[in-house]
Amino acid sequence: MIQFLFNGMPIKVEKCSPNRTTLDWLRTKKGKTGTKEGCATGDCGACTILVGEEVEHSGGKSVWQYKTMNSCLMLLGNVHGKHILTIEAVTTNIHAGLADLHPVQQAMVECHGSQCGFCTPGIIMSLLGLYINHKSYPGKKTVIEALGGNLCRCTGYQPILKAAEKAFEYERIAEPWSAMACRFSQQLIDETNKGKIPHLQDGERAFYIPQSAADVVALKAKHTTATFVAGATDFAIELNQQLRQPQTIISVSQVAEFISFTETASEFQIGAAVPYKEFTESLCQHYPEATELFERLGSMQVRNAGTLGGSLGNASPIGDPAPLLIALNAQMNLQSSQGTRVIDVEDFFIGYRKTSLKENEVISKIIIPKRSESLKLACHKISKRFEDDISTVCLILAVDHRNNVITSARCAFGGMAATPARAHKIEQQLLGGKINATTFIKAGEVVERDFSPLTDVRATADYRLAVSKNLLKRIGIEFSQASIARFSLATTTVPEAPSPISTRIRHASL
Amino acid sequence: MRHFETDKKPTSGGALGKSHYHDSAIKQVCGSANYIDDNPEPAGCLHGYPVLAPITAGVITAIDTSAADALEGVVRIFSAADIPGKIDIGPVFPGDVLLTDKEIQYHHQPVLFVVAESHDIARQAADLIVIHCDESKAVLDIHQAIAEKRWVRPPHSLQRGEAERAISEAKHQLKGELTVGGQEHFYLEGQISLAQPNQDGGLFVQCSTQHPTEVQHLIAKVLKQPFHYVTVEMRRMGGAFGGKETQGAPWGCLAALGAYHLGCAVKVRLARTDDFRLTGKRHPFYNKYHVGFDDDGLIDGVDIEVNGYCGYSPDLSDAIVDRAMFHADNAYYYPNAKITGNRCKVNTVSHTAFRGFGGPQGMIMAEQIMDDVAAALGKDPLEIRKTNLYRIGRDITPYHQKVEQHVLLDMIERLEQDADYWQRKAKIKDFNQHSPIIKKGLAMTPVKFGISFTVQHLNQAGALVHVYSDGSIHLNHGGTEMGQGLNTKVAQIVAQGFGVDLDVVGITATRTDKVPNTSPTAASSGTDLNGMAALNAVNIIKDRLTAFVIEHFDVSDKVVFADNHISHDKGSLSFSDLAELAYMNRISLSSTGYYATPKIHYDREKAQGNPFFYYSHGVALSEVEIDILTGENTVTRVDIYHDVGNSINPSLDVGQIEGAFIQGMGWLTTEDLQWKPNGELASAGPATYKIPAIGDTPAEFNVTLYESANPEATVFRSKAVGEPPFMLSFSVWSAIRNAIHSVSDYRYAPPLDTPATPERILQAVTAAEQWLLDNEQENDND
Repeated sequence: MIQFLFNGMPIKVEKCSPNRTTLDWLRTKKGKTGTKEGCATGDCGACTILVGEEVEHSGGKSVWQYKTMNSCLMLLGNVHGKHILTIEAVTTNIHAGLADLHPVQQAMVECHGSQCGFCTPGIIMSLLGLYINHKSYPGKKTVIEALGGNLCRCTGYQPILKAAEKAFEYERIAEPWSAMACRFSQQLIDETNKGKIPHLQDGERAFYIPQSAADVVALKAKHTTATFVAGATDFAIELNQQLRQPQTIISVSQVAEFISFTETASEFQIGAAVPYKEFTESLCQHYPEATELFERLGSMQVRNAGTLGGSLGNASPIGDPAPLLIALNAQMNLQSSQGTRVIDVEDFFIGYRKTSLKENEVISKIIIPKRSESLKLACHKISKRFEDDISTVCLILAVDHRNNVITSARCAFGGMAATPARAHKIEQQLLGGKINATTFIKAGEVVERDFSPLTDVRATADYRLAVSKNLLKRIGIEFSQASIARFSLATTTVPEAPSPISTRIRHASL
Repeated sequence: MRHFETDKKPTSGGALGKSHYHDSAIKQVCGSANYIDDNPEPAGCLHGYPVLAPITAGVITAIDTSAADALEGVVRIFSAADIPGKIDIGPVFPGDVLLTDKEIQYHHQPVLFVVAESHDIARQAADLIVIHCDESKAVLDIHQAIAEKRWVRPPHSLQRGEAERAISEAKHQLKGELTVGGQEHFYLEGQISLAQPNQDGGLFVQCSTQHPTEVQHLIAKVLKQPFHYVTVEMRRMGGAFGGKETQGAPWGCLAALGAYHLGCAVKVRLARTDDFRLTGKRHPFYNKYHVGFDDDGLIDGVDIEVNGYCGYSPDLSDAIVDRAMFHADNAYYYPNAKITGNRCKVNTVSHTAFRGFGGPQGMIMAEQIMDDVAAALGKDPLEIRKTNLYRIGRDITPYHQKVEQHVLLDMIERLEQDADYWQRKAKIKDFNQHSPIIKKGLAMTPVKFGISFTVQHLNQAGALVHVYSDGSIHLNHGGTEMGQGLNTKVAQIVAQGFGVDLDVVGITATRTDKVPNTSPTAASSGTDLNGMAALNAVNIIKDRLTAFVIEHFDVSDKVVFADNHISHDKGSLSFSDLAELAYMNRISLSSTGYYATPKIHYDREKAQGNPFFYYSHGVALSEVEIDILTGENTVTRVDIYHDVGNSINPSLDVGQIEGAFIQGMGWLTTEDLQWKPNGELASAGPATYKIPAIGDTPAEFNVTLYESANPEATVFRSKAVGEPPFMLSFSVWSAIRNAIHSVSDYRYAPPLDTPATPERILQAVTAAEQWLLDNEQENDND
């Protein structure tokens, strides 16, 4: 059995298909149809809900934190112990007038932020998440980050951006939901400490949500073909699109050991099931060059649910974290009943969507070393759209140097091969070179010796190669702070000039 | 034909010209605005799903349904043989088959229809059915279709003057070509229909459609029943954009087929990926031009060929390619013109209506010509645009309609001034000289868009207005609500007509049993047609009430409806009291209303006429940045003036302009439809097909309504607004070209096919770099 709080109502579920999503449960089992299905792939945000989780306060006081997620990607089993809030909870008066509305709703009405209205419940939930988590208007950049995963086809977003600001101009109203959740959590503790692993059962099929690593290992030994998920932001797409009916799903999303995040003097230890949003702030303080990469990884809804363990385990050739982890020489812990095996992330990928994970193993932790003072890092992602798009090419380059001479280079690409992979030829070309534009331009010229990329829906092979070369050129300019007055793509010489040049376009909305 | 007093009077009750909220806004933000899938399902409701062809072209040799038959919960599998009436549901011309039993003409074409106890089971069953085929070679390349003259409809051409001679005698000549990408509608609510038997042996069908009447008629034909057998209801769509003009019908017909045979409710809802694969899109085009012009860039003659990728069947392609041809001039006078349009048959889903209806794909040629002429002469493109604008004496279109309203020069000049065109132009030139990687571009483009269905009989509408005896008003009309605020605008018109507050008017779902024989809500015509029909109904009831007041109170004919009251010589009474009094005195308080657009005609044989009642206008100025290392791009500022006549609801009009602009920007930049070499759609979902996201909204986005009364007698002298602003987005494409142009010091402007993805922009930049290198070398040799 699993338990959770749905709006104001405590819910217990036992008999349920393991692949049922929260969206499907809301719409078909509860008749709550305010939450919409736009795509069932987590790309449109029409199904956005708020998911509340209990977090420990420093004073030991229990508080609840609410985050947006795509309910189409949220397997119902993963909701165990959480508080889900849907559009129906925002204004409970079913004959509401303008005065009865929550500020985010009122602002959307007054700014004409809805036209066809189908995306609107999802937009409201994303705005509500923003409102709850910020006491005052947090600025346009934060709004875009929060709503980058909510597509609207009618308005062109201008009125929605205005509404996001306007919602904070009315008298602020208190958030009533965490008080409900605190009462619920007391009840939950009372009822679940009976030793049974929370689960859903549908005949022979089951969904388990173990709370400890020991239980995970034991479950895996019993259900050898079980599928592991964490946030399930990718696996749920397979369920929705390919109509897969897995026998057993084991979710590691609540395993205490897998959701811990530790920063030591020398490294970051990130539990495999820690959602991106929980660790990227600390990581990006140390590696600010990676900030944009994580801001552009999926959408807020995906970053609130998706995990490093899930991304690596999924072994997609275009997942954005893998090239970064490879370039930073990160390691991962693979846990089994035999103990823990430590391998380099680089060695984890052995073929298209194939990894070296053994059948009885589970990814438990990712370890990212801290940087040397002289390390230079560049992270570049090329895609058709800035927000919530998959990389055409993702290029991460980490170089170390002494006296301006490159002493080590780790260059990793996504989107260029069947797996995320290092560019050894480029690295060799860089080693021993001076940090100036010419060194990097020359390194770019050997990209064909590292990769023979594919032509696919995102780009041609030629573009992938050309843009990889040009990105290395850019990195050279940025690393050497070369300033150039006249610059031609067709030539490889870069004349020096006095003032720094801008190398990146402004983000449209800012 | 009844004509109306249409001028906007001082508003009573604030109904007209005010920014009332969309009638469903509060429900939408509360999640209580229901779409078809949100309503409780009727007891015993079954779910249907189409079974799809595994190849692009060929014939079916055998079908194995055994695995699906064995699946628990499968109720029945229908094939073409189960269709009692017509199998062909082509909306205008035949060619669209509901279920194919033999020939497969595009990848994923529906072959069978499974009905099961749940949506999931129906989908699973459909997946389990194996279709064996004899595959033949598909035609996917438009050049092959053109060479082999594979048309879905015969070519058509417009001719005025002697284009060939004018071009050859002109001082300068240029040739160019352009591949224009298609566009997926990506309405957020996918295709859906629910059909259920009613108590009288007929069918009640809820369908997400812009054209309930057509769905009604097609279902009746498929089931071999009279039209009255079917009632179609449509309350609201979660977006449509043309994608539910004809594309909603197959799912309504299939649901109806299931309900007809099984005697219970059947719902059909497409999963998003199948919605991408099974519904038509905006036509991709391949266009060519040949133009002759003088030293000032004044055009003497043009020869333009537009070729639409129509897909496997005609659908609406005849009218769509016609509209592309009618707009290949955009706002510019061609003294001598030949414009040819081909309707090319290829093995893809049949492409269909999408906001602009071919207009954008034709109009982009005019804008390319302006930019190319400017580049060839080394002049500013805006000067070339202004030089060639229609004006008095230079005002006959290639289809021989006279352009009578000339506001674009004024709009351009105002925008030039208000948005600092020349200062910014100079600054950008300076910036580009000093910025080696980031280049900025600026462009202003106008829009002149013809309003009316080019198929004449569609320019009619009906409405039904009841005044209840308490004075509350029930409004129904033939238009459909897809987010554009049509119901709100028509309600404002009715409230204005009766002189009552807006909330006195109740809005109801569009139903074929209330207003019959309606036209699709399309061609930007919703308010023009249905607003006028509703106003007609209002005027009929008002005439009766006025006559009653004169007689009952023995007063003169100075009876005024305003401020929720009716006043006459001897006093006044409230509208609700009058309704009650009129009822007690046996005055009819209900009326239908009807409207047919005047003045329009087109002789297709001669390719001459007045296909449009009037034109809508707009001007946009866009500034962009491109990265010449990667082709990444961004729109940083947009300024728009748009002509909406007398605005009925300024906020709803601005919403249409902003939304259309961003949708057009997406079409021209990120929205990249890709087909695999085998003919299967590769970009079949939002993971690979990217519509603009919130961060793509330009940092500065100024929209100003250019309010000038429509010289034609439209409802309250307003103008249509749904489609025209879509084409303002050419300013983005043109600004990107302007930025690329800077790479060669504004000496060579490479072509730029659309969508201008980072890849295409990088290709164009590389072409400009190469030109510069070649050119510098030549100079060195001198």
